Amino acid sequence: MIYHEVLVVGGGLAGLRAAIEAHDAGCEVAVLSRVHPVRSHSVAAQGGVNAALGNHPDASDDNPERHAFDTVKGSDYLADQDAVEILTGEAPGRIYEMEHWGCPFSRTSDGKIAQRPFGGAGYPRCCYAADKTGHALLHTMFEQTLKRGLRIYEEWQVVSLAVADGRCHGVIALDMRTGKLEAVGAGAVVFGTGGAGRIYARSTNNIINTGSGMAIAYMAGVPLKDMEFIQFHPTSLFGNNVLMTEGARGEGGYLRNALGERFMEKYAPKAMELGPRDIVARAIQTEINEGRGFPGGYVQLDLTHLGAEKILERLPAIRDIAINFTGVDPIKEPIPIQPGQHYFMGGIDTDADGVTEVAGFYAAGECSCVSVHGANRLGGNSLLETIVFGRRAGLHASTYVKGEGGARAKAGSEKVLAKVMADTEKRVIWVLEADGPEDPAGLRDELRESMFRNVGLFREEKGMLEGLDKVRELRGRYPRIGIRNRGRRYNLDWARNLELEGMILVAEAIAAGALARKESRGSHFRTDYKERDDQNFLKHTIARLTDDGPRLEYRPVTITRWEPQARTY
Amino acid sequence: MSIEMKQRPEKIRLNVYRFDPEVDKAPRIDSFDVPWVDGMTVLDTLFYVLEKRDGSLAFRYSCREGICGACAMYINGSHRLACETQVARLLDEGHAEVRVMPLPHLPVIKDLVVDMTRFWENYEAIAPWIVTRSADPEKEHLQSPEDRKLVDEYVGCILCGSCFSSCPSVWTGKEYLGPNALMKTWRWVADTRDSAAEERLGLVGNERGAWRCHTVFNCVEACPKDINQTTAIQGLKRRTVGAMLRGSKALKAGRKALER
Repeated sequence: MIYHEVLVVGGGLAGLRAAIEAHDAGCEVAVLSRVHPVRSHSVAAQGGVNAALGNHPDASDDNPERHAFDTVKGSDYLADQDAVEILTGEAPGRIYEMEHWGCPFSRTSDGKIAQRPFGGAGYPRCCYAADKTGHALLHTMFEQTLKRGLRIYEEWQVVSLAVADGRCHGVIALDMRTGKLEAVGAGAVVFGTGGAGRIYARSTNNIINTGSGMAIAYMAGVPLKDMEFIQFHPTSLFGNNVLMTEGARGEGGYLRNALGERFMEKYAPKAMELGPRDIVARAIQTEINEGRGFPGGYVQLDLTHLGAEKILERLPAIRDIAINFTGVDPIKEPIPIQPGQHYFMGGIDTDADGVTEVAGFYAAGECSCVSVHGANRLGGNSLLETIVFGRRAGLHASTYVKGEGGARAKAGSEKVLAKVMADTEKRVIWVLEADGPEDPAGLRDELRESMFRNVGLFREEKGMLEGLDKVRELRGRYPRIGIRNRGRRYNLDWARNLELEGMILVAEAIAAGALARKESRGSHFRTDYKERDDQNFLKHTIARLTDDGPRLEYRPVTITRWEPQARTY
Repeated sequence: MSIEMKQRPEKIRLNVYRFDPEVDKAPRIDSFDVPWVDGMTVLDTLFYVLEKRDGSLAFRYSCREGICGACAMYINGSHRLACETQVARLLDEGHAEVRVMPLPHLPVIKDLVVDMTRFWENYEAIAPWIVTRSADPEKEHLQSPEDRKLVDEYVGCILCGSCFSSCPSVWTGKEYLGPNALMKTWRWVADTRDSAAEERLGLVGNERGAWRCHTVFNCVEACPKDINQTTAIQGLKRRTVGAMLRGSKALKAGRKALER
């Protein structure tokens, strides 16, 4: 049996950062990833990463406390404020570290890391590498894993977590190239498996973002937190919903409706286009719904006044994307955009060290919920989250494996893994042999459309009940799927439909959490309960999987310095 | 505004390379008719086949927006990313059908999935990480925007393997590092923050490295990110000769000095 002291699942920023930290703390580490690490979704992040460095002339008095306040306000007061202070307090150190590791940040005229304004932020504190910041960070992080010679299992897809008596002993994974299931024992397992954007239609996310890590943890008994909070990015490309960075507005871009109006003055008169994402996304959708959009359902992101030089220097990637996919050159014409699903504020329930309810099981990055984003994440805080909490999870995991916990995990792993392997094999082979009448691709499409329509930007009880019914119907139909390919090697039909069950379960947790939250807060906007209700809902939703679906519990929010206030921009 | 405005066929013929070396005696081409959808990319046509016609088709994918590098393939006679190649554009180029092959000159794992082991090993072999000789500053290393521009083109690489697959010196020289690893060497030589330029030159200033580039420029044509690998490699040659003439000791130290 394969065994590693620390096993990291996921080759994106959070996973690699955790792996590096555990290695540097003296542990033997391996990374297991469903794609080569540089193909991970972190690579697609565009606009930047926040840290109060004060490098911009308008930000000389910025500091981590102001960053924390903006984050808390942006979260609509649902973020845990102690965790937010860790996030913003450690931010400058982590950014300098990435720079020391060679990250090619863009530069100010005096040679410092360049920073730009971003939505919901009081100061220009978003550090960037043109509009390819995620790419720059992930490639740098990958270089550092190569430098350390870390073992990487490439194209291995985890299918279950081995948990017994509240302790994690490893994972069962499918090696795509051989089609074999492998038991991988570990003293500690860290998930950095990313979000579940592909549960929704109109997602900006990579196709691989199916939320499989969240689902696997959930099925192993680890609760999910705040799943009803789904971020819709205001500006995704009309047609295929590829992200058009918030940096485009940070650099001065305008939003215009079909009447040519800069409509944000109605919704966020002070911040205008740089309001937080939840508010800007709803404003755009309102314009479209009320007939002031363009035919088909979009508005325009206008960069033409920025000039060719600025666009070519700071926004080259989104220009290429716009030209490639729509034929629009942003230097000459406005870009057609609409809101698209973008990010999960919720995820695997963790604390600020990535610790979960299961000893030896950790999570960091988008798959986790610390919570630092609360009900709405600020742009530039998710890349930050990966490097701050990835590091902290790796560090805590290394301490755990060197102590008594790691010894116990190792001692029990063979037996536990054998049992979990037997159960997993049944399920996995069942999918490989499934020959029912239901078309799984159709099920996936129905799920995505329903979630977008019923548990999307605007929510109300009737729609959410329909959404929940649909999820339960799909749960009932899943056992009758049929797949077309029975070969084991590199069988995408098998691997993709194996995780469809998890997508349905995660969707159910989202819909159930949303239905129960009878208020509007951040990204969760209900037309039947339009106000925030701190009296009853200033609390985190915890969803546990039972045979009857999710069981919801609640947990108080940690407030340290900032009492909830009205949220205007 | 867009290329979809023209009259398009109701369906398009997709011809795709199929080979499972563990089962098949020889590769074959399978053809499928794919219903036209405006804006459809080559990657979309592959997903159509996978989900509706033949679940055994194997290919790599992830971001579907040209930044992750997973889906480099040989499409209608050129190296391209399947995700950012619109079928409409292929038609506009004069092609009547879509033809998708795996990256040439790499071993096939299955269908369009190729074994990139040699590509990754060569990349790792050039020590693609920053090397500094002095303690890190408290804040960032200072670097002027002009100096940052020196690496801009090269840090845009998505490690898709197109250049490597296109290079005749790679096909014939089994030890050759190839255009990607050499371009990435130049990326660090050109970075003002790195202090191991001459050791890096020592690593690639030999027949396994820069000297084997014959300026064929295939890599430049193949690169989906418009990077000029050949120029970078000529930079390596120029700098290496300069260092040799000066009798640089660091040049001789080469890889040893870059140990982890």
